[in-house]
Amino acid sequence: MSVIKNLYYSSVGKKYIMAISGLCLLTFVIGHSLGNLQVFMGKETINRYAHFLQSNKEILWLVRIFLFTMLVLHLWTSIRLWFENRAARPIGYFGNPTPMSSTFASRNMMFMGIVLGCFLVYHILHYTVQVSDINLIGKDFSGAEFQIKGQRDVYKMMINGFSHPLVSLFYILGVGGLCFHISHGAHSLFQSVGINSQYYHRILEKAATILAIILFIGYVSIPVSVLTGILK
Amino acid sequence: MNLTLKVWRQKDASSQGYLETIEAKDINQYMSFLEMLDVVNEHLIVEGKEPISFESDCREGICGACSCAINGKPHGGHKGTTTCQLHMRYFKDGDTIVIEPWRSRAFPVIKDLIVDRSAFDRIIQAGGYISVNTGGAHDANSIPVSKEIAETAMDAAACIGCGACVASCKNGSAMLFVAAKVSHLNLLPQGKPEKDYRVKNMVTQMDEEGFGNCTNIGSCAEVCPKEVDLKFIAKMNRDYGLAILKGESRHKPDTISIQAELSELPID
Ligand code: HEM
Ligand code: FES
Repeated sequence: MSVIKNLYYSSVGKKYIMAISGLCLLTFVIGHSLGNLQVFMGKETINRYAHFLQSNKEILWLVRIFLFTMLVLHLWTSIRLWFENRAARPIGYFGNPTPMSSTFASRNMMFMGIVLGCFLVYHILHYTVQVSDINLIGKDFSGAEFQIKGQRDVYKMMINGFSHPLVSLFYILGVGGLCFHISHGAHSLFQSVGINSQYYHRILEKAATILAIILFIGYVSIPVSVLTGILK
Repeated sequence: MNLTLKVWRQKDASSQGYLETIEAKDINQYMSFLEMLDVVNEHLIVEGKEPISFESDCREGICGACSCAINGKPHGGHKGTTTCQLHMRYFKDGDTIVIEPWRSRAFPVIKDLIVDRSAFDRIIQAGGYISVNTGGAHDANSIPVSKEIAETAMDAAACIGCGACVASCKNGSAMLFVAAKVSHLNLLPQGKPEKDYRVKNMVTQMDEEGFGNCTNIGSCAEVCPKEVDLKFIAKMNRDYGLAILKGESRHKPDTISIQAELSELPID
């Protein structure tokens, strides 16, 4: 029990929680991107993949519950850290100079997190819960129109879902926030759990930036392809 | 050269502080930053005004007493340089220089540019030592320590405890200081028996003092006058994780067992 207590209350422990939950979410984000990109391999491929995910209800819900727990831990800990960090430096320097050796991403972890958190809520309501009031095209994604032989036509849902420019724009914004968040988070997490050295630090920093760029291109390619008519 | 200083003036810990504009005239470029302040203070005294309070001791960059943020950067932000080693040649005639104390809740201002850094002392008291007498200086190489480890421990030991890391951190985190002190001892054979207890206790004390949490931005290593590297923070995090997993960190190892463990080393 003392391990959990130490993790929960200490500064270093809280960073372990951020890093481990962040890593779990990151793993999902990478996997989710690979899954989605199958949309470029045709209607059958992505629909087969979607059916594969949907048909293992037990595993699906285990994964969902796990990811949700990680997200809650990540959020709750980030809020605690944020307030503590504010309190630790009540007065700043004259003219609010930018912190040395900081990057746009590292200064704005909380802001990017909130942007992506808002997007996440919309995204889940849009495609998972399938609330038709928010997809801006007034179609019911859970209806018969989006089914083929009793199975969901995810391909059609994606094409329709991104067909409204505003929806796509919000998606791109959310993914942008996510990728800035990851460009700092994906190397910061190694430092937080102590897997780092003077030599690896530089490599990890570059790798995190490259990962963030690849993920951004991967995710954004879908709405862009829909809007430009490459996917139809 | 002539400069305009905007200096933080604060009567005592409980008073409200403010930036006062003070002219610094006929400053020589060969002066150190502190010598410039000395000259300004002499003028202030002649004029019957309160001189600027600031801290200094060695004035050769080894004690860590000098502490002030120059234009928002602790020690002025030059690589490997303390305020006392910062020379006026870095400034130009007519420059305006803002001089402020370290900004952190755990370092309350005592007067003007002087802050109370005793939080660092309490962190050291929480584990930054070895509990048994390890004797005097030994013959070189009588304790087998690889060159790599010896060098790394030395790099960590270079920390002079000035507090610039805390002062530069947007979260007011003391991780670089604590990491340097933990790593220095945890790396060496003499420090090994109390490794887990040390890291756990020093981190706990750091948290109790009200320092913030590291977000791995790296301002601390950037301003550190001794160029202590961020890798020590990684090492401390690693040591901390292992210590709480082992669960051995709660109790201070007793002197007899430390002595027994150390007796395997060729020391007296
Ligand atoms: C899928 C979503 C997310 C992923 C993949 C993710 C990933 C990460 C990673 C890897 C870190 C680095 C951990 C470390 O520094 O050790 C991190 C830090 C952080 N995350 Fe997230 N995160 C996500 C969602 C969020 C959300 C919704 C918020 C909103 C409040 C948030 C707020 C933060 C903050 C404030 C930090 C910085 C913590 C610190 O450095 O102390 N994250 N995130
Ligand atoms: S006065 Fe000793 S380091 Fe500056």
